[in-house]
Parts: sequence; structure tokens; C-alpha cells
Amino acid sequence: MSRRLADAVRRHVLTMTSVGRSSHVGSALSCADILAVLYAEVLRVDPEQPHWADRDRFVMSKGHAGAALYAVLAERGFFDPAVLHRHYQNGSYLSGHVSHVGIPGVDLSTGSLGHGLPVGAGLAWRARQMGREWRTYVLLGDGECDEGSVWEAAMFAGHHELGLLVAVVDCNGLQSMGTTEDTLRLEPFAAKWESFGWEVAEVDGHDHEALAATMRVPREPGRARPRCVLARTVKGKGVSFMENQVLWHYRPPSPEELERALAEVGTG
Amino acid sequence: MRDRFFAGLLAAALVDPDLVLITADLGFGAVDEFAAVRPAQFLNAGVAEQNMAGLAAGIALAGGRVFTYSIANFPTLRCLEQIRNDICYHHADVTVVAVGGGMAYGALGMSHHATEDLAIMRALPGMAVAAPGDPAEVGAVLTDLLAGGGPAYLRLGKTGERTVHTHPVDAPRGTSIPLSHGGEVLLCSTGAILDNVCRAAELLELDGIRADVRSFPWLDPLDTLPIREAAGAYALIATVEEHSIVGGLGSAVAEVLAEAAAGTPLVRIALPNQSMSVVGDQEYLRGAYELDPESIRRRVRNHLEAHRGLASQIR
Repeated sequence: MSRRLADAVRRHVLTMTSVGRSSHVGSALSCADILAVLYAEVLRVDPEQPHWADRDRFVMSKGHAGAALYAVLAERGFFDPAVLHRHYQNGSYLSGHVSHVGIPGVDLSTGSLGHGLPVGAGLAWRARQMGREWRTYVLLGDGECDEGSVWEAAMFAGHHELGLLVAVVDCNGLQSMGTTEDTLRLEPFAAKWESFGWEVAEVDGHDHEALAATMRVPREPGRARPRCVLARTVKGKGVSFMENQVLWHYRPPSPEELERALAEVGTG
Repeated sequence: MRDRFFAGLLAAALVDPDLVLITADLGFGAVDEFAAVRPAQFLNAGVAEQNMAGLAAGIALAGGRVFTYSIANFPTLRCLEQIRNDICYHHADVTVVAVGGGMAYGALGMSHHATEDLAIMRALPGMAVAAPGDPAEVGAVLTDLLAGGGPAYLRLGKTGERTVHTHPVDAPRGTSIPLSHGGEVLLCSTGAILDNVCRAAELLELDGIRADVRSFPWLDPLDTLPIREAAGAYALIATVEEHSIVGGLGSAVAEVLAEAAAGTPLVRIALPNQSMSVVGDQEYLRGAYELDPESIRRRVRNHLEAHRGLASQIR
């Protein structure tokens, strides 16, 4: 099911960014598999009750890939996929970066990087304070981890042993101006998270079974270490001429490019 | 003011398990009782204000009612974007509390002067902004904040302020508090400078000038009706605040008067829009920047006399 969902997300994302003339198609494609696995296999959510108090929380901290979140929510039944074509349009609710206003299923509006993990830590701390078992998932970009606030929250979550908090980092190795390693070196990335008190799993971020296995944290109130999943991904994944190209952080696909891209993506 | 705040907050926390206090590693001796009595409702976010504001938003989005606490500009400007995006945009029930409003931290220096906070917090959508004038107003404002919730900003002075009000006060959101009536000059005050404003009014009395004092514990929402009514009732309106002249009470009152097309003269007594490098305690700095009672008296009297002179020339 998650494979089909990922294909649908990719088709939506390509069409939304092409029609809307919006940026970040590469970022959205790189996390399409992560989102599909989360929403198909991992998160306990109910599209009929988007505000259900005991739902798992999901924070899309890399809010610039908002098109992918909107697409997965629509495909999961939170709202009608027909409205996705309004993405980036005048008068629409579907802004380029994630906004919760008017969109069922969005737990947090994001867009400025480094906000999601502190809020996620708050959600996770609150669950434990109330004796509840919801899990909190935060999806970050690797470039986003340049932000100091990410590490403030990482230190907090490690110290307070927020074992039901999961940070998934979409490690596509590219950020706005080039590679993450050339910009501000992240490696040894796993060791950084471990030294902050997290347990770390490194997986192929397009391998659905591996993603599901590592993101599915058991609901054990006694769990001590928050989990970080370093999902090694390819920016622009699924469209050969977009893969590993910084250009597609910015450029929307032309109608002709959209056609070629859709031909490469599975039809589920 | 600080002690009154914590006493009120702890009393509320005892009956409301959803109330959470987060400090960014400040409040030594002040937060201890709360932390000891209600440990499950207390968090130290570390020296990490962005984390504190984000945590607060997360807790509030899951039903908590959160107060964040630190000194000077740390809980506001250091994490301004978290307040704007995570708290205000989500209408999260978070009250940001700063102790040491204005120049209360005196000789600690420029880094510890909270002198643009009101302007910046006032500009945030959905943010209530409170700057109570004395410990009694702190209690009254806190009552409202506990009932009405955030997003809100509460600017406190420090400790040891004189209680100006001789009677119990109410300060529901968006109200102001008149301390006297029937004068020819209206002195509008916000925050802990209220004591100096009242003393200035007493000095003006010696000059034969009857000055009424009105305290504005709420900058947003602002109590605009008495300002508009004052336009026709007073010869001069003055605003006094321990805050930059940009964007605070003086600006807010000027906006109201301008839109009311009132011709009443307004004098804004505030800090100049400049970084302050003078070293001294709060009282010294208030004197240095003409916010002491004598300076307030002089400026009001001079403006009133200039206005009277102008008026007689026109006649």
C-alpha cells in the first residue's frame, strides 16, 4: 500500500508544482517514500477525526516540501484530492510551505526551518506528562540541521528521555546552495545524534520495509531514548532528470517536463 | 511584581494540572517554590529560548496552558519567530513572561534592557500585550490571563515596586485604570513607570497644574475609548513609558488621536530610539533618560505652557 501511496504522492507533487509554478519539487520527491510509509504503515491517525486527542502527531519541519504532505493527506482521505490543483494558487489554502489553516490533518504550520523539533519535543513531553501513548514524528531536512534550534531540542529530548519522539531526517545531501558537506559538514551525522542521547538508525530512505521497521517505535511508556532515523535519500527521487540536482529546489517543471516526469513515475 | 506573579501562578497551578511553567534557566530563587510544589508542571528548557518557545507551542497544542519565563529580551526577541509562527499563528495558549521590563536590570547593561519589547510584541497578530503598573495590577492582569489564555505577553518590572493603587483593582483584557479625574492634563502610563508618573502628578499639583493619571496595563488590546474622550476633555495628553519612543504606548495613543482627528496636543515621554550605553541602576538610568518624576513634571509643564502661549497668540 505504501508503494502505491508514494507513487500517487509523486504524481501529485509533480503536477502541483508544475501547475502552481512552485519550487521545491526535488525536496518533495525525496521525502515521498518517508511520508507514504508513515501515513500508510506507521502513524495512528484517523482522517475522520483529524483532531483525535490520542492520534500520533506528525510535524513536517521541512515545510518547503509541503506539497508532498498535502498530497499524502489528501490520498489518505483527510480531504478531497481534487483541491490539490489549487496549490500555490491565489485564494487557496494550500501555500507553498505547510499551513494548518483550513487543511485537516496538518498538526503544525512550518516553513522557517528549525521550528519542528522543539514543538515536537513539546508534544512528546506533554504525552508523557498526561500519561498518554501518542508518538510524535518530526520530519527534518538534513540542511535544516544547520539550525541551532534543532540541537537545542535534540539536547532537551535526550536529556528528558522522550522515548516516544522520533526524528526522521531526509538526508538527500543537498541544500539551497550545494551539498550539505560543502556547506556545513554534518558528518559524522549519526554520531552527533547519538552523542545527544538518541538511538540512531540509518536506512535507505526509499526502502519502504526498512523505513517502516525503523520508524515504528513501540508504544512503551518506559522507552528512554528518542529515536533518530537518518533516511538516506536522493533529492528528486523517481524522476531521472531531477535526481541529485539543486536546480529542482527552485525550478517548477514545464508542461513538457511534467509529461516526461509523469511517464517515469509508477502509476500505482 | 515578580513575586506577586509567581504567587498567583502557583495558586492557579494547584487547581489546574494543565498549567505548565517553562523557564529558560532563569528565576533562581523565584521559580523554586513552583518547581518544588508542582514538579510535573515545571520545565527548565535550558539556556535555549527557541527551544522554550517551541516546547511551549507543542505543549499548548496538546491542551496545555503554558507560561514561558525569562528575563529582559530573552523570552521575546531571542525567539521572536517561534512566537510569531509556532505560538501566534496557531493561537496557542502560551503567555510569554519577561521580568525586568525597561531598564530594571540597570547596570547589567544594554543587553539586559527590554526597551523595544512592547512595540515588537504589539506588532504580532493575535498577541495580547500587558505591562502592569504595580503589583496590584500584576494580580489583576494575571487573573485575566489565566481565564482568557494566550497568546499573550506579560512584561513585569522586577521586585520591590511600590503598590500604587490604594484599592483593589480589576483589569480585564483591554481596559485601563483611571487613578484620578477632573484635571486639565492626562498622564497615560504603562508598565512599572507608574509610580514615577504618580509622583510627577503630585509635583505638577505644586505648580498649580492638575494632572490625572490613567494606567494602561494592556497595550493590546488598547482601551481606546478613554483616549478619544480625553481628546476633548484635556488641554494636554502625555504618555509615559520605560520603552523606546518607537511603537509603544505613545505610538499607540498617537494612532488613536490621529484617527480621531483630535487636535489635542500630545507629548510622548519615552526612551530615545538609540542603544543605551550609560551605566547605572534603574533609578539612575531613569534620571539620565528623563523618566524621573522631576523630568516628567518639567516636560509636561513646559509643553502645557508652550501650548497655552500658542493658544493666547492665536487668540
